[in-house]
Amino acid sequence: MLAQQLTAMQGAPAGIDDAAELAAGFDDALVDGLARLGEEHAAAVTALAAAFAGSPLGERVAAAAAAVTAGSPSDADLVALAGARTALFGSVHDALLGTLDSALGRDRTSWPAELSPAPGRPGAALAWLRELAISGWRGVDDGLLSTAEPVIEALLTAPGRRRLAVLLDGFAGELRAGSPLATMARLPTRRWADLWCRAVLLDAAGTVGTPEPVSGRLLVLGVDVAEHATAVQVQVHGVLEPSDGGQAVLVRAAVTAAKVETITGPAVWALLRRHPVLLGVLAGRASVEVSGMPMLPGGELLWDDGCVAVGEAADPFVTARLHLAGARGAAVAPIDRHPVAIAEPVVLEGYRAVEGGFDLGGATIAVDTSRLPSCGPLTPALVKGSTACIGLLRHSADGWQLQPLAVQAKVKRALTVLSTADWALGPTDPAVQKAQAKAGDAVGVLQERAGRLLRK
Amino acid sequence: MIDGSPDGVAWERASLVRVAPPVRPRKLAKVPFLELADGRLQGVVSSGSDIERVYVSSFAAGTHAFTCSTNNNRPCGGVSAQHACKHLQLLVAEATLQYGTQRVARYLRVEAPEGAELITCLRGHHEPAPAAAVFSRFLRHLAYLEVPDSTAPVPELAWFPATAVG
Repeated sequence: MLAQQLTAMQGAPAGIDDAAELAAGFDDALVDGLARLGEEHAAAVTALAAAFAGSPLGERVAAAAAAVTAGSPSDADLVALAGARTALFGSVHDALLGTLDSALGRDRTSWPAELSPAPGRPGAALAWLRELAISGWRGVDDGLLSTAEPVIEALLTAPGRRRLAVLLDGFAGELRAGSPLATMARLPTRRWADLWCRAVLLDAAGTVGTPEPVSGRLLVLGVDVAEHATAVQVQVHGVLEPSDGGQAVLVRAAVTAAKVETITGPAVWALLRRHPVLLGVLAGRASVEVSGMPMLPGGELLWDDGCVAVGEAADPFVTARLHLAGARGAAVAPIDRHPVAIAEPVVLEGYRAVEGGFDLGGATIAVDTSRLPSCGPLTPALVKGSTACIGLLRHSADGWQLQPLAVQAKVKRALTVLSTADWALGPTDPAVQKAQAKAGDAVGVLQERAGRLLRK
Repeated sequence: MIDGSPDGVAWERASLVRVAPPVRPRKLAKVPFLELADGRLQGVVSSGSDIERVYVSSFAAGTHAFTCSTNNNRPCGGVSAQHACKHLQLLVAEATLQYGTQRVARYLRVEAPEGAELITCLRGHHEPAPAAAVFSRFLRHLAYLEVPDSTAPVPELAWFPATAVG
C-alpha cells in the first residue's frame, strides 16, 4: 500500500456522521428500555424510521416506530427496527469499503442479488432479546441474565445456530461483567445496540447462500484471532489461485471453538486440534492445494483437512507482493455489512515507525497494536521495529487503522518473518514455553475435571 | 479498539470497546471454576486430599455471607460461624487473580482500602446454602469443552477481537 492510496482514503464519505447520529438516538433509547420511552427517545425512534421514508423499508419501519412509541411493539416491530438500524450501518459499511476499494484499485465480487436469507426460526432467543430491549441496559438484573443461559445452551448445539449462540454468549457475558448495570459508570451504548440488532436479525433470518466447491492453490497471508469468554476463532486470510487459471481471489477460512474464559493465550490453539493439517500449514507457513473445498458466496472457505494437500513453503510476504494488488475482493452478505466487518488485507513496506503508526512518506496510517493476540509472538515492539507488515485495514471511530498479522523484523540481526499464527503447534519461544509449563495445562486440567465429574 | 478507560463521548459511540477485560491466566488445579454470578462470588475448589471430591464455596454480594460444602452438601469441616475455611480463602485469592481486586470488590460491594487483602474486608457470617446450583453451573462450564468446533463463518466475532493480555 502506498502513501497516495492512503491519502485517497482519508476524509469520511459524506453522510457518515448523519447516519451515526440517527443510530445514536435509537441506541440511547435502549439504555432505559423501550418500556420507558421518554419524549426525547420516542422522537429519536421516529427520526430513525423517517430516514427510511420512500425506501422499501419505509412503511414497515414507520409502523414499528409507532408501535414502540405507543408501548406495544410486536416481535416483528423489533425485527423491523433492528433491520433499519442495520441498514443504516450497512450503508456506512458500503461507503467505506467503496472508498477503500477505489483507493487500492481492488475490484470486488458483488453479492448475487437473488440470494436472500432463508426465513429463520425466531423463538426463545427473540423472546429474551425482547425482554432485554424492554428492560433497557440499566434494567438488566441477575434474573434476566440467567434466563439467557438455557437459550444459549440450546443454540450452541442446534445445527445452523452457532453464530447466534456465540454472539449471545459474548453479549450476555459483557452484561454480566458490567453488573450491576444500574450503577455501571458508563455504558457502551453503540456496541450493545450493535450486538442486540445483529442478534435479533440472526434469529429472524436463516442462513444465506449455499457453498460451491472450489479448487486451486491457497496461499496464506495471515491469521486474525477473535475471542470472548466462551469462544475463540482463528480466521485465515489468504489468496486462492483458482485451478482454472482465473483471477486470484481473497478468501478466508475460519475455525471457531468453544472454550471457557480461563483458557487464554497460546493454550487456545489446543482447542483446534481436530484440524491438524490446518495447524501444520499455519505453523509451517506452507502453501496448500485445495480440491473441492466448499466456499460460501462471501469468499468463506469451509475448511476441511480432507480437501487439502500440503504444498511447499510459502512466504506470506511473497504472496502479498505478488497478489494483493490484483486479487479480487470477496462479496459481503447484506446482513454482515457493518463497519466492524471491514478487514482488507494489505502489505506495507518502506515506512517509518512513528508514534502510534507508520509514516508511508507523506501519509500516516494508525497501527492498532491492542489487537495483537496473546496466542502469537507479535508484540508492539516487533511491529515498531518492522520493515514490512501484512495487516488488515479496518475502520474505527478514529478512522482507518492497520491491524498487523505478520511482520518482517530483525531478530538477532537476521531478517525474520513473524506472524500471529506461528505458535499454532505450540509456542516456539523458549521463554513462553517455560511460562506455559509453569502455569500448567489449563485445557488438560479442566478436561480431567470434566472427565471425573461430568458423567456422574 | 478503544481500551477500558472510558474517555470522552467516543467510548459510548464506538462499536469496539473493551467491556469485559480478558481474564488473567491463573493455575486452575486448585480452583478450576469461579464466577461472579447470581449475586455471589462462587466457585468450585478441588479437595486437597481426595481427587474425587470438590468443595462448593461462595460469598454473597452485600452481606458477604459465606458457605462451603462438598457438592453432595456435606458441610466443610473447616468453616465456622465467623471464620472462612481455606477453600473460601483460596476462592477469594484466585478470584482476585482472575478478575483483579477491583472487579471482585465492586461485585461483592466491599469497601477495600488501597492495598488491603480483600478477604480481610469481608465481614459476613456462615449461612449454609445448597451447593447444587453452583455445581451445576460448573458442569455447564465444563460442558463448553465438549462442544465441537465449527468451520462455518461467525462474522459476529468481528465485535470481539483477541487482545494482548497485559
